[in-house]
Amino acid sequence: MSLAPAVETYELSKTFGQNIAVKSLTLQIQQGEVFGFLGPNGAGKTTSIKMLVGLITPTSGRAALLGAPLGQRSLRARIGFLPEHFRFQDWLTAREFLTLHGQLFGMERRRLQARVDELLERVGLSDFRDKAIVTFSKGMLQRIGLAQALLNQPALVFLDEPTSGLDPVGRILVRDIIRELRTQGTCVFLNSHLLSEIEVTCDRVAFISHGEVIRLLELASLDTGQLTVSLRVSGLTAETAAGLSPWAEAIQLDGNHLTLKAHDEAALPEINQYLVTHAVAVYEIVPRRVSLEELFIQTVGRDGGL
Amino acid sequence: MNPVFILARMTFVQAVRRRIVLTGLLLGLCFLIVFSIGFHMINTRSFVPPNSAEATGIQHIYDAEKASGLFLAGMYAVTFLGIAMAALLGADTLAGEINSGTIQVIVTKPIRRSDVVFGKWLGFAGLLGLYLLLLEGGVTLSILLQSGYVAPHLAAGLALIYMESLLIMTVAMACSSRFSALATGGIVFGLYGLSFIGGWIEQIGAVLNSPTAVQVGIITSLIIPSESLWRRASYEMQSPLSGLLGISPFGASSVPSLLMVAYAVLYLLAVLALTIRIFHRRDL
Repeated sequence: MSLAPAVETYELSKTFGQNIAVKSLTLQIQQGEVFGFLGPNGAGKTTSIKMLVGLITPTSGRAALLGAPLGQRSLRARIGFLPEHFRFQDWLTAREFLTLHGQLFGMERRRLQARVDELLERVGLSDFRDKAIVTFSKGMLQRIGLAQALLNQPALVFLDEPTSGLDPVGRILVRDIIRELRTQGTCVFLNSHLLSEIEVTCDRVAFISHGEVIRLLELASLDTGQLTVSLRVSGLTAETAAGLSPWAEAIQLDGNHLTLKAHDEAALPEINQYLVTHAVAVYEIVPRRVSLEELFIQTVGRDGGL
Repeated sequence: MNPVFILARMTFVQAVRRRIVLTGLLLGLCFLIVFSIGFHMINTRSFVPPNSAEATGIQHIYDAEKASGLFLAGMYAVTFLGIAMAALLGADTLAGEINSGTIQVIVTKPIRRSDVVFGKWLGFAGLLGLYLLLLEGGVTLSILLQSGYVAPHLAAGLALIYMESLLIMTVAMACSSRFSALATGGIVFGLYGLSFIGGWIEQIGAVLNSPTAVQVGIITSLIIPSESLWRRASYEMQSPLSGLLGISPFGASSVPSLLMVAYAVLYLLAVLALTIRIFHRRDL
Protein backbone atom coordinates (compact mmCIF):
# COMPACT_ATOMS: atom_id res chain seq x y z
CA MET A 1 0.00 0.00 0.00
CA SER A 2 1.43 3.35 -0.94
CA LEU A 3 1.54 6.03 1.73
CA ALA A 4 -0.51 9.18 1.34
CA PRO A 5 1.68 12.19 0.54
CA ALA A 6 2.90 14.05 3.62
CA VAL A 7 1.81 17.34 2.09
CA GLU A 8 -0.50 17.78 -0.84
CA THR A 9 -1.82 21.17 -1.84
CA TYR A 10 -3.83 22.23 -4.82
CA GLU A 11 -4.05 25.89 -5.82
CA LEU A 12 -3.91 27.01 -2.24
CA SER A 13 -4.17 30.76 -1.92
CA LYS A 14 -4.41 33.46 0.72
CA THR A 15 -5.25 37.11 0.28
CA PHE A 16 -5.21 39.72 3.02
CA GLY A 17 -7.47 42.47 1.68
CA GLN A 18 -5.84 43.60 -1.59
CA ASN A 19 -2.60 41.87 -0.81
CA ILE A 20 -2.03 38.42 -2.30
CA ALA A 21 0.25 36.57 0.12
CA VAL A 22 0.05 33.16 -1.55
CA LYS A 23 -1.24 33.01 -5.10
CA SER A 24 -1.58 29.41 -6.11
CA LEU A 25 0.41 26.83 -4.23
CA THR A 26 0.37 23.36 -5.71
CA LEU A 27 2.77 20.93 -4.11
CA GLN A 28 3.21 17.28 -3.37
CA ILE A 29 5.72 16.11 -0.79
CA GLN A 30 6.20 12.45 0.01
CA GLN A 31 6.49 11.02 3.50
CA GLY A 32 10.06 10.79 4.72
CA GLU A 33 11.22 13.52 2.38
CA VAL A 34 13.19 16.57 3.54
CA PHE A 35 11.71 19.42 1.59
CA GLY A 36 13.14 22.91 1.38
CA PHE A 37 10.94 25.89 0.81
CA LEU A 38 12.99 28.72 -0.60
CA GLY A 39 12.17 32.25 -1.47
CA PRO A 40 13.00 35.86 -0.80
CA ASN A 41 11.48 37.71 2.14
CA GLY A 42 7.78 38.32 1.65
CA ALA A 43 7.41 35.56 -0.95
CA GLY A 44 4.69 33.84 1.08
CA LYS A 45 6.72 31.10 2.78
CA THR A 46 5.50 31.71 6.32
CA THR A 47 1.90 32.27 5.19
CA SER A 48 2.03 28.92 3.36
CA ILE A 49 3.26 27.12 6.47
CA LYS A 50 0.68 28.88 8.63
CA MET A 51 -2.08 27.68 6.32
CA LEU A 52 -0.78 24.13 6.47
CA VAL A 53 -0.57 24.02 10.26
CA GLY A 54 -4.02 25.57 10.62
CA LEU A 55 -3.16 29.03 11.93
CA ILE A 56 -4.53 30.77 8.85
CA THR A 57 -7.61 29.82 6.86
CA PRO A 58 -6.85 29.60 3.12
CA THR A 59 -8.87 31.92 0.87
CA SER A 60 -9.23 29.17 -1.73
CA GLY A 61 -7.79 25.86 -2.84
CA ARG A 62 -7.41 22.65 -0.91
CA ALA A 63 -4.76 20.80 1.00
CA ALA A 64 -4.23 17.57 2.89
CA LEU A 65 -1.50 16.49 5.27
CA LEU A 66 -0.72 12.80 5.76
CA GLY A 67 -3.92 12.03 3.87
CA ALA A 68 -6.18 14.04 6.18
CA PRO A 69 -7.80 17.36 5.30
CA LEU A 70 -6.42 20.51 6.96
CA GLY A 71 -7.97 21.47 10.26
CA GLN A 72 -8.62 17.93 11.48
CA ARG A 73 -7.79 17.84 15.19
CA SER A 74 -6.43 14.29 15.30
CA LEU A 75 -4.13 15.18 12.41
CA ARG A 76 -2.37 17.79 14.54
CA ALA A 77 -1.27 15.05 16.96
CA ARG A 78 0.99 13.75 14.16
CA ILE A 79 2.50 17.11 13.26
CA GLY A 80 5.25 19.21 14.80
CA PHE A 81 5.70 22.94 14.27
CA LEU A 82 8.39 25.45 15.06
CA PRO A 83 7.16 28.95 14.18
CA GLU A 84 9.43 31.64 12.84
CA HIS A 85 9.13 34.51 15.29
CA PHE A 86 8.25 32.50 18.31
CA ARG A 87 7.89 33.56 21.88
CA PHE A 88 7.18 30.92 24.44
CA GLN A 89 5.64 30.79 27.87
CA ASP A 90 8.85 32.12 29.35
CA TRP A 91 7.74 31.98 32.97
CA LEU A 92 8.09 28.20 32.77
CA THR A 93 11.29 26.22 33.15
CA ALA A 94 12.55 24.21 30.18
CA ARG A 95 11.18 20.98 31.58
CA GLU A 96 7.81 22.49 32.55
CA PHE A 97 7.50 24.05 29.10
CA LEU A 98 8.06 20.75 27.31
CA THR A 99 5.75 18.94 29.75
CA LEU A 100 2.98 21.48 29.11
CA HIS A 101 3.26 21.06 25.35
CA GLY A 102 3.46 17.29 25.64
CA GLN A 103 0.25 17.34 27.67
CA LEU A 104 -1.38 19.45 24.97
CA PHE A 105 -0.30 16.77 22.49
CA GLY A 106 -2.25 14.39 24.72
CA MET A 107 0.84 12.34 25.60
CA GLU A 108 0.66 9.88 28.44
CA ARG A 109 2.61 11.02 31.54
CA ARG A 110 5.28 8.30 31.71
CA ARG A 111 6.08 8.42 28.04
CA LEU A 112 6.12 12.21 28.18
CA GLN A 113 8.61 12.39 31.04
CA ALA A 114 11.01 10.07 29.24
CA ARG A 115 10.58 11.98 26.00
CA VAL A 116 11.19 15.36 27.69
CA ASP A 117 14.46 14.14 29.22
CA GLU A 118 15.53 12.57 25.95
CA LEU A 119 14.86 15.74 23.96
CA LEU A 120 16.50 18.05 26.50
CA GLU A 121 19.58 15.86 26.16
CA ARG A 122 19.35 15.84 22.37
CA VAL A 123 19.19 19.63 22.01
CA GLY A 124 21.91 20.11 24.61
CA LEU A 125 19.77 21.73 27.30
CA SER A 126 19.95 19.05 29.98
CA ASP A 127 21.93 21.31 32.27
CA PHE A 128 19.29 24.02 31.95
CA ARG A 129 16.23 21.83 32.47
CA ASP A 130 15.17 23.64 35.62
CA LYS A 131 16.06 27.15 34.47
CA ALA A 132 13.29 29.56 33.53
CA ILE A 133 13.01 30.12 29.79
CA VAL A 134 13.06 33.88 30.36
CA THR A 135 16.80 33.55 31.10
CA PHE A 136 17.54 31.73 27.81
CA SER A 137 19.58 33.16 24.95
CA LYS A 138 18.12 33.23 21.44
CA GLY A 139 19.99 30.10 20.48
CA MET A 140 18.71 28.26 23.55
CA LEU A 141 15.17 29.36 22.72
CA GLN A 142 15.57 27.96 19.23
CA ARG A 143 16.72 24.65 20.69
CA ILE A 144 13.86 24.38 23.16
CA GLY A 145 11.48 25.34 20.35
CA LEU A 146 12.82 22.56 18.20
CA ALA A 147 12.45 20.09 21.07
CA GLN A 148 8.84 21.25 21.44
CA ALA A 149 8.17 20.50 17.76
CA LEU A 150 9.51 16.94 18.11
CA LEU A 151 7.79 15.95 21.37
CA ASN A 152 5.13 13.82 19.74
CA GLN A 153 7.53 12.06 17.35
CA PRO A 154 5.68 13.63 14.44
CA ALA A 155 5.34 12.08 11.01
CA LEU A 156 5.59 15.56 9.52
CA VAL A 157 7.38 18.55 11.01
CA PHE A 158 7.32 22.16 9.86
CA LEU A 159 10.40 24.17 10.73
CA ASP A 160 10.18 27.86 9.90
CA GLU A 161 13.69 29.29 9.83
CA PRO A 162 15.00 26.85 12.45
CA THR A 163 18.59 28.07 12.32
CA SER A 164 18.00 31.81 12.56
CA GLY A 165 19.74 33.06 15.67
CA LEU A 166 21.86 29.96 16.01
CA ASP A 167 25.64 29.92 16.17
CA PRO A 168 27.55 27.45 13.94
CA VAL A 169 27.40 24.73 16.63
CA GLY A 170 23.66 25.14 16.90
CA ARG A 171 23.31 24.99 13.11
CA ILE A 172 25.20 21.74 12.95
CA LEU A 173 22.94 20.41 15.69
CA VAL A 174 19.83 21.30 13.69
CA ARG A 175 21.33 19.76 10.57
CA ASP A 176 22.07 16.54 12.45
CA ILE A 177 18.59 16.44 13.92
CA ILE A 178 17.08 16.86 10.46
CA ARG A 179 19.23 13.98 9.18
CA GLU A 180 18.09 11.81 12.09
CA LEU A 181 14.49 12.67 11.32
CA ARG A 182 15.01 11.61 7.73
CA THR A 183 16.39 8.24 8.85
CA GLN A 184 13.38 7.80 11.09
CA GLY A 185 11.10 8.44 8.12
CA THR A 186 9.83 11.82 9.29
CA CYS A 187 8.97 14.30 6.59
CA VAL A 188 10.59 17.68 7.24
CA PHE A 189 9.22 20.84 5.67
CA LEU A 190 12.05 23.32 6.02
CA ASN A 191 11.51 26.98 5.46
CA SER A 192 14.74 28.85 5.16
CA HIS A 193 16.58 31.51 3.30
CA LEU A 194 19.94 30.05 4.28
CA LEU A 195 20.67 28.34 0.99
CA SER A 196 23.74 26.46 2.16
CA GLU A 197 21.57 25.03 4.92
CA ILE A 198 19.00 23.75 2.45
CA GLU A 199 21.67 22.47 0.10
CA VAL A 200 23.11 20.06 2.63
CA THR A 201 19.89 18.88 4.25
CA CYS A 202 17.12 18.76 1.66
CA ASP A 203 16.12 16.15 -0.91
CA ARG A 204 14.04 18.55 -2.90
CA VAL A 205 13.42 22.27 -2.95
CA ALA A 206 10.70 24.57 -4.21
CA PHE A 207 11.53 28.12 -5.19
CA ILE A 208 8.70 30.42 -4.32
CA SER A 209 8.26 33.98 -5.44
CA HIS A 210 5.22 36.26 -5.17
CA GLY A 211 3.29 33.45 -3.55
CA GLU A 212 3.82 30.94 -6.34
CA VAL A 213 6.10 27.96 -6.83
CA ILE A 214 8.26 28.88 -9.78
CA ARG A 215 10.62 25.93 -9.77
CA LEU A 216 10.86 22.51 -8.21
CA LEU A 217 14.24 20.87 -8.03
CA GLU A 218 15.69 17.54 -6.95
CA LEU A 219 18.87 18.47 -5.14
CA ALA A 220 20.49 15.17 -6.19
CA SER A 221 20.28 16.40 -9.79
CA LEU A 222 22.56 19.29 -8.87
CA ASP A 223 25.42 16.78 -8.52
CA THR A 224 25.19 15.51 -12.07
CA GLY A 225 24.35 18.87 -13.56
CA GLN A 226 26.45 21.35 -15.45
CA LEU A 227 29.89 22.29 -14.23
CA THR A 228 31.45 25.69 -14.56
CA VAL A 229 35.15 25.09 -15.20
CA SER A 230 37.93 27.62 -15.12
CA LEU A 231 41.35 26.75 -16.56
CA ARG A 232 44.75 28.43 -16.45
CA VAL A 233 46.61 27.67 -19.68
CA SER A 234 49.25 29.03 -22.06
CA GLY A 235 49.60 28.71 -25.83
CA LEU A 236 45.86 28.47 -26.47
CA THR A 237 44.44 30.14 -29.55
CA ALA A 238 40.82 31.10 -30.06
CA GLU A 239 40.55 28.51 -32.83
CA THR A 240 41.80 25.67 -30.63
CA ALA A 241 39.45 26.85 -27.86
CA ALA A 242 36.48 26.72 -30.26
CA GLY A 243 37.35 23.07 -30.87
CA LEU A 244 36.20 22.27 -27.30
CA SER A 245 32.53 22.60 -28.31
CA PRO A 246 31.78 18.82 -28.28
CA TRP A 247 32.35 18.79 -24.47
CA ALA A 248 31.39 22.28 -23.40
CA GLU A 249 29.61 25.52 -24.17
CA ALA A 250 29.93 29.18 -23.24
CA ILE A 251 33.65 28.94 -23.95
CA GLN A 252 35.45 32.19 -23.14
CA LEU A 253 39.14 32.84 -23.48
CA ASP A 254 40.62 35.80 -21.68
CA GLY A 255 44.41 35.81 -22.04
CA ASN A 256 45.59 32.72 -20.21
CA HIS A 257 42.23 32.17 -18.52
CA LEU A 258 39.66 29.95 -20.08
CA THR A 259 36.16 29.47 -18.66
CA LEU A 260 33.55 27.12 -19.99
CA LYS A 261 30.51 25.14 -18.99
CA ALA A 262 31.26 21.46 -19.23
CA HIS A 263 28.34 19.17 -19.97
CA ASP A 264 29.35 16.79 -17.20
CA GLU A 265 32.27 15.66 -15.09
CA ALA A 266 33.31 12.97 -17.59
CA ALA A 267 34.16 15.75 -20.06
CA LEU A 268 37.04 17.03 -17.93
CA PRO A 269 39.75 14.44 -18.82
CA GLU A 270 38.76 14.66 -22.46
CA ILE A 271 39.08 18.44 -22.43
CA ASN A 272 42.48 18.05 -20.82
CA GLN A 273 43.59 15.51 -23.42
CA TYR A 274 42.37 17.70 -26.29
CA LEU A 275 44.33 20.67 -24.98
CA VAL A 276 47.52 18.66 -24.45
CA THR A 277 47.38 17.15 -27.94
CA HIS A 278 47.01 20.70 -29.30
CA ALA A 279 50.24 21.70 -27.54
CA VAL A 280 48.54 23.79 -24.88
CA ALA A 281 50.19 23.85 -21.46
CA VAL A 282 47.55 23.27 -18.75
CA TYR A 283 48.42 24.60 -15.27
CA GLU A 284 45.07 24.39 -13.55
CA ILE A 285 41.59 22.93 -14.07
CA VAL A 286 39.02 23.99 -11.46
CA PRO A 287 35.52 22.55 -11.81
CA ARG A 288 32.78 24.31 -9.85
CA ARG A 289 29.22 23.04 -9.46
CA VAL A 290 26.31 25.37 -9.96
CA SER A 291 25.44 26.25 -6.41
CA LEU A 292 21.93 26.53 -5.12
CA GLU A 293 22.64 30.19 -4.63
CA GLU A 294 23.33 30.67 -8.36
CA LEU A 295 20.20 28.76 -9.21
CA PHE A 296 18.24 30.85 -6.75
CA ILE A 297 19.46 34.09 -8.32
CA GLN A 298 18.79 32.68 -11.81
CA THR A 299 15.29 31.66 -10.82
CA VAL A 300 14.13 34.48 -8.60
CA GLY A 301 16.27 37.26 -10.06
CA ARG A 302 18.67 39.60 -8.35
CA ASP A 303 15.90 41.84 -7.11
CA GLY A 304 14.79 38.97 -4.92
CA GLY A 305 11.38 38.89 -6.52
CA LEU A 306 10.52 42.37 -5.25
CA MET B 1 -6.00 15.41 31.11
CA ASN B 2 -8.56 17.61 29.45
CA PRO B 3 -6.84 20.48 27.56
CA VAL B 4 -9.22 23.00 29.17
CA PHE B 5 -7.82 22.13 32.61
CA ILE B 6 -4.24 22.06 31.35
CA LEU B 7 -4.69 25.58 29.99
CA ALA B 8 -6.60 26.78 33.07
CA ARG B 9 -3.73 25.59 35.24
CA MET B 10 -1.22 27.23 32.91
CA THR B 11 -3.13 30.52 33.21
CA PHE B 12 -3.04 30.19 36.97
CA VAL B 13 0.67 29.37 37.10
CA GLN B 14 1.34 32.29 34.78
CA ALA B 15 -0.43 34.68 37.13
CA VAL B 16 1.54 33.34 40.09
CA ARG B 17 4.91 33.44 38.32
CA ARG B 18 4.30 36.86 36.86
CA ARG B 19 3.61 38.09 40.40
CA ILE B 20 0.07 39.13 39.52
CA VAL B 21 -1.20 37.09 42.47
CA LEU B 22 1.41 38.51 44.85
CA THR B 23 0.67 42.09 43.78
CA GLY B 24 -3.06 41.46 44.15
CA LEU B 25 -2.56 39.95 47.60
CA LEU B 26 -0.34 42.77 48.86
CA LEU B 27 -2.55 45.55 47.56
CA GLY B 28 -5.61 43.68 48.80
CA LEU B 29 -4.09 43.46 52.27
CA CYS B 30 -3.23 47.17 52.18
CA PHE B 31 -6.83 47.89 51.25
CA LEU B 32 -8.10 45.73 54.12
CA ILE B 33 -5.78 47.40 56.64
CA VAL B 34 -6.86 50.89 55.58
CA PHE B 35 -10.50 49.82 55.59
CA SER B 36 -10.25 48.23 59.03
CA ILE B 37 -8.54 51.25 60.56
CA GLY B 38 -11.13 53.54 58.98
CA PHE B 39 -13.96 51.38 60.23
CA HIS B 40 -12.45 51.28 63.70
CA MET B 41 -12.18 55.07 63.87
CA ILE B 42 -15.75 55.63 62.73
CA ASN B 43 -17.17 52.74 64.74
CA THR B 44 -15.82 53.99 68.04
CA ARG B 45 -17.43 57.42 67.56
CA SER B 46 -21.03 57.85 68.50
CA PHE B 47 -23.41 60.08 66.57
CA VAL B 48 -25.95 60.18 69.38
CA PRO B 49 -25.31 62.37 72.46
CA PRO B 50 -24.49 59.85 75.18
CA ASN B 51 -26.77 61.33 77.80
CA SER B 52 -29.88 61.89 75.73
CA ALA B 53 -33.03 60.13 76.73
CA GLU B 54 -33.38 58.13 73.53
CA ALA B 55 -29.70 57.11 73.57
CA THR B 56 -30.00 53.43 74.36
CA GLY B 57 -32.81 52.68 71.89
CA ILE B 58 -31.54 54.67 68.98
CA GLN B 59 -27.88 53.87 69.60
CA HIS B 60 -28.45 50.32 68.55
CA ILE B 61 -30.12 51.33 65.27
CA TYR B 62 -27.41 53.90 64.57
CA ASP B 63 -24.65 51.36 65.11
CA ALA B 64 -26.27 48.86 62.80
CA GLU B 65 -26.85 51.50 60.10
CA LYS B 66 -23.30 52.75 60.44
CA ALA B 67 -21.91 49.23 60.05
CA SER B 68 -24.26 48.54 57.12
CA GLY B 69 -23.29 51.77 55.37
CA LEU B 70 -19.58 51.16 55.81
CA PHE B 71 -19.96 47.54 54.77
CA LEU B 72 -21.59 48.60 51.49
CA ALA B 73 -18.98 51.32 50.98
CA GLY B 74 -16.27 48.66 51.45
CA MET B 75 -18.02 46.29 49.06
CA TYR B 76 -18.37 49.09 46.51
CA ALA B 77 -14.60 49.57 46.58
CA VAL B 78 -14.06 45.80 46.41
CA THR B 79 -16.35 45.62 43.39
CA PHE B 80 -14.34 48.28 41.62
CA LEU B 81 -11.03 46.54 42.43
CA GLY B 82 -12.52 43.27 41.14
CA ILE B 83 -13.61 44.94 37.91
CA ALA B 84 -10.21 46.55 37.37
CA MET B 85 -8.49 43.20 37.94
CA ALA B 86 -10.98 41.46 35.62
CA ALA B 87 -10.46 44.00 32.85
CA LEU B 88 -6.67 43.83 33.12
CA LEU B 89 -6.55 40.02 33.13
CA GLY B 90 -8.99 39.67 30.25
CA ALA B 91 -7.59 42.49 28.11
CA ASP B 92 -4.07 41.18 27.74
CA THR B 93 -4.70 37.48 27.48
CA LEU B 94 -5.62 36.68 23.87
CA ALA B 95 -4.43 39.95 22.35
CA GLY B 96 -1.09 39.67 24.14
CA GLU B 97 -0.51 36.08 23.13
CA ILE B 98 -1.57 36.66 19.53
CA ASN B 99 0.75 39.64 19.38
CA SER B 100 3.73 37.83 20.89
CA GLY B 101 3.06 34.62 18.94
CA THR B 102 2.96 32.32 21.98
CA ILE B 103 -0.52 31.33 20.85
CA GLN B 104 0.91 29.72 17.67
CA VAL B 105 2.44 26.74 19.43
CA ILE B 106 -0.70 26.28 21.54
CA VAL B 107 -3.43 26.23 18.90
CA THR B 108 -1.43 23.98 16.56
CA LYS B 109 -1.68 21.21 19.13
CA PRO B 110 -4.50 18.68 18.80
CA ILE B 111 -6.93 20.84 20.79
CA ARG B 112 -9.89 23.00 19.87
CA ARG B 113 -9.52 26.75 19.81
CA SER B 114 -12.50 26.87 22.14
CA ASP B 115 -10.42 24.87 24.66
CA VAL B 116 -8.01 27.81 24.77
CA VAL B 117 -10.83 30.27 25.46
CA PHE B 118 -12.48 28.04 28.08
CA GLY B 119 -9.15 27.21 29.73
CA LYS B 120 -8.14 30.84 30.10
CA TRP B 121 -11.61 31.83 31.21
CA LEU B 122 -11.60 29.17 33.87
CA GLY B 123 -8.12 30.13 35.08
CA PHE B 124 -9.10 33.79 35.38
CA ALA B 125 -12.42 32.91 37.01
CA GLY B 126 -10.44 31.03 39.67
CA LEU B 127 -8.04 33.93 40.17
CA LEU B 128 -10.84 36.48 40.42
CA GLY B 129 -12.68 34.19 42.81
CA LEU B 130 -9.69 34.03 45.14
CA TYR B 131 -9.03 37.75 44.88
CA LEU B 132 -12.62 38.68 45.64
CA LEU B 133 -12.85 36.08 48.39
CA LEU B 134 -9.89 37.71 50.09
CA LEU B 135 -11.29 41.23 49.77
CA GLU B 136 -14.95 40.45 50.40
CA GLY B 137 -14.09 38.05 53.22
CA GLY B 138 -11.69 40.58 54.72
CA VAL B 139 -14.25 43.40 54.73
CA THR B 140 -16.99 41.13 56.12
CA LEU B 141 -14.72 39.71 58.81
CA SER B 142 -13.29 43.08 59.81
CA ILE B 143 -16.78 44.48 60.39
CA LEU B 144 -17.99 41.31 62.09
CA LEU B 145 -15.09 41.31 64.55
CA GLN B 146 -15.30 45.00 65.31
CA SER B 147 -19.03 45.47 65.53
CA GLY B 148 -20.71 42.08 65.31
CA TYR B 149 -22.63 43.18 62.18
CA VAL B 150 -23.38 40.73 59.38
CA ALA B 151 -25.17 41.98 56.27
CA PRO B 152 -28.35 40.20 55.16
CA HIS B 153 -28.24 37.88 52.11
CA LEU B 154 -24.45 37.96 52.26
CA ALA B 155 -23.84 34.93 50.02
CA ALA B 156 -26.17 36.19 47.28
CA GLY B 157 -24.63 39.65 47.40
CA LEU B 158 -21.06 38.40 47.24
CA ALA B 159 -21.93 36.01 44.41
CA LEU B 160 -23.43 38.91 42.42
CA ILE B 161 -20.25 40.96 42.88
CA TYR B 162 -18.21 37.98 41.69
CA MET B 163 -20.51 37.63 38.72
CA GLU B 164 -20.01 41.27 37.81
CA SER B 165 -16.25 40.80 37.67
CA LEU B 166 -16.73 37.62 35.59
CA LEU B 167 -18.91 39.58 33.19
CA ILE B 168 -16.30 42.31 32.76
CA MET B 169 -13.55 39.72 32.35
CA THR B 170 -15.57 37.91 29.67
CA VAL B 171 -16.25 41.14 27.77
CA ALA B 172 -12.53 41.98 27.98
CA MET B 173 -11.64 38.54 26.59
CA ALA B 174 -14.11 38.97 23.72
CA CYS B 175 -12.56 42.32 22.75
CA SER B 176 -9.10 40.87 23.27
CA SER B 177 -9.80 38.14 20.71
CA ARG B 178 -10.23 40.85 18.08
CA PHE B 179 -8.46 44.04 19.21
CA SER B 180 -5.15 44.95 20.86
CA ALA B 181 -4.84 44.91 24.65
CA LEU B 182 -4.81 48.69 24.80
CA ALA B 183 -7.91 49.08 22.64
CA THR B 184 -9.62 46.38 24.70
CA GLY B 185 -8.87 48.26 27.93
CA GLY B 186 -10.35 51.40 26.40
CA ILE B 187 -13.50 49.64 25.23
CA VAL B 188 -14.09 47.77 28.49
CA PHE B 189 -13.62 50.78 30.75
CA GLY B 190 -15.74 52.84 28.32
CA LEU B 191 -18.55 50.30 28.60
CA TYR B 192 -18.16 50.18 32.36
CA GLY B 193 -18.37 53.98 32.47
CA LEU B 194 -21.52 53.81 30.37
CA SER B 195 -23.18 51.33 32.70
CA PHE B 196 -22.02 53.35 35.69
CA ILE B 197 -23.55 56.60 34.47
CA GLY B 198 -26.64 54.74 33.26
CA GLY B 199 -27.05 53.32 36.75
CA TRP B 200 -26.89 56.78 38.28
CA ILE B 201 -29.42 58.21 35.83
CA GLU B 202 -31.72 55.34 36.73
CA GLN B 203 -31.28 55.92 40.47
CA ILE B 204 -31.83 59.65 40.28
CA GLY B 205 -34.78 59.05 37.94
CA ALA B 206 -36.31 56.68 40.46
CA VAL B 207 -35.95 59.19 43.30
CA LEU B 208 -37.35 62.04 41.18
CA ASN B 209 -40.09 59.84 39.75
CA SER B 210 -38.88 60.18 36.16
CA PRO B 211 -39.81 57.05 34.22
CA THR B 212 -37.79 58.24 31.18
CA ALA B 213 -34.60 58.46 33.23
CA VAL B 214 -35.27 54.98 34.62
CA GLN B 215 -35.74 53.71 31.05
CA VAL B 216 -32.38 55.21 30.01
CA GLY B 217 -30.79 53.35 32.90
CA ILE B 218 -32.44 50.09 31.88
CA ILE B 219 -31.29 50.51 28.27
CA THR B 220 -27.68 51.03 29.36
CA SER B 221 -28.06 47.94 31.58
CA LEU B 222 -29.11 46.01 28.50
CA ILE B 223 -26.01 47.24 26.64
CA ILE B 224 -23.85 46.02 29.52
CA PRO B 225 -25.51 44.76 32.70
CA SER B 226 -22.47 45.01 35.00
CA GLU B 227 -23.62 47.94 37.15
CA SER B 228 -27.07 46.46 37.63
CA LEU B 229 -25.41 43.40 39.19
CA TRP B 230 -23.74 45.65 41.75
CA ARG B 231 -27.00 47.43 42.44
CA ARG B 232 -28.79 44.13 42.91
CA ALA B 233 -25.97 42.98 45.22
CA SER B 234 -26.18 46.16 47.31
CA TYR B 235 -29.98 45.83 47.44
CA GLU B 236 -29.64 42.28 48.75
CA MET B 237 -27.08 43.28 51.38
CA GLN B 238 -28.42 46.65 52.55
CA SER B 239 -30.24 47.00 55.82
CA PRO B 240 -34.01 47.51 55.45
CA LEU B 241 -33.73 51.05 56.80
CA SER B 242 -30.99 52.28 54.45
CA GLY B 243 -33.18 51.27 51.53
CA LEU B 244 -35.59 53.93 52.65
CA LEU B 245 -32.96 56.64 53.04
CA GLY B 246 -32.82 57.20 49.30
CA ILE B 247 -29.97 57.80 46.97
CA SER B 248 -26.38 56.80 47.65
CA PRO B 249 -23.72 55.18 45.50
CA PHE B 250 -23.63 52.23 47.87
CA GLY B 251 -27.33 51.55 47.98
CA ALA B 252 -30.06 50.95 45.46
CA SER B 253 -33.20 52.97 45.07
CA SER B 254 -34.22 51.55 41.68
CA VAL B 255 -33.62 47.85 42.09
CA PRO B 256 -32.70 45.73 39.07
CA SER B 257 -35.11 42.83 38.80
CA LEU B 258 -34.16 39.17 38.97
CA LEU B 259 -34.95 39.18 35.25
CA MET B 260 -32.04 41.58 34.79
CA VAL B 261 -29.80 39.18 36.74
CA ALA B 262 -30.91 36.34 34.47
CA TYR B 263 -30.24 38.61 31.49
CA ALA B 264 -26.72 39.22 32.81
CA VAL B 265 -26.09 35.47 32.99
CA LEU B 266 -27.28 34.99 29.42
CA TYR B 267 -25.26 38.04 28.37
CA LEU B 268 -22.11 36.51 29.84
CA LEU B 269 -22.72 33.19 28.07
CA ALA B 270 -23.44 34.95 24.77
CA VAL B 271 -20.24 37.02 25.02
CA LEU B 272 -18.26 33.86 25.78
CA ALA B 273 -19.77 32.17 22.74
CA LEU B 274 -18.91 35.24 20.65
CA THR B 275 -15.30 35.11 21.89
CA ILE B 276 -15.01 31.51 20.79
CA ARG B 277 -16.49 32.32 17.41
CA ILE B 278 -14.16 35.27 16.78
CA PHE B 279 -11.11 33.40 18.00
CA HIS B 280 -12.03 30.31 16.00
CA ARG B 281 -12.16 32.27 12.76
CA ARG B 282 -9.21 34.52 13.36
CA ASP B 283 -5.98 34.16 11.37
CA LEU B 284 -3.14 33.91 13.86
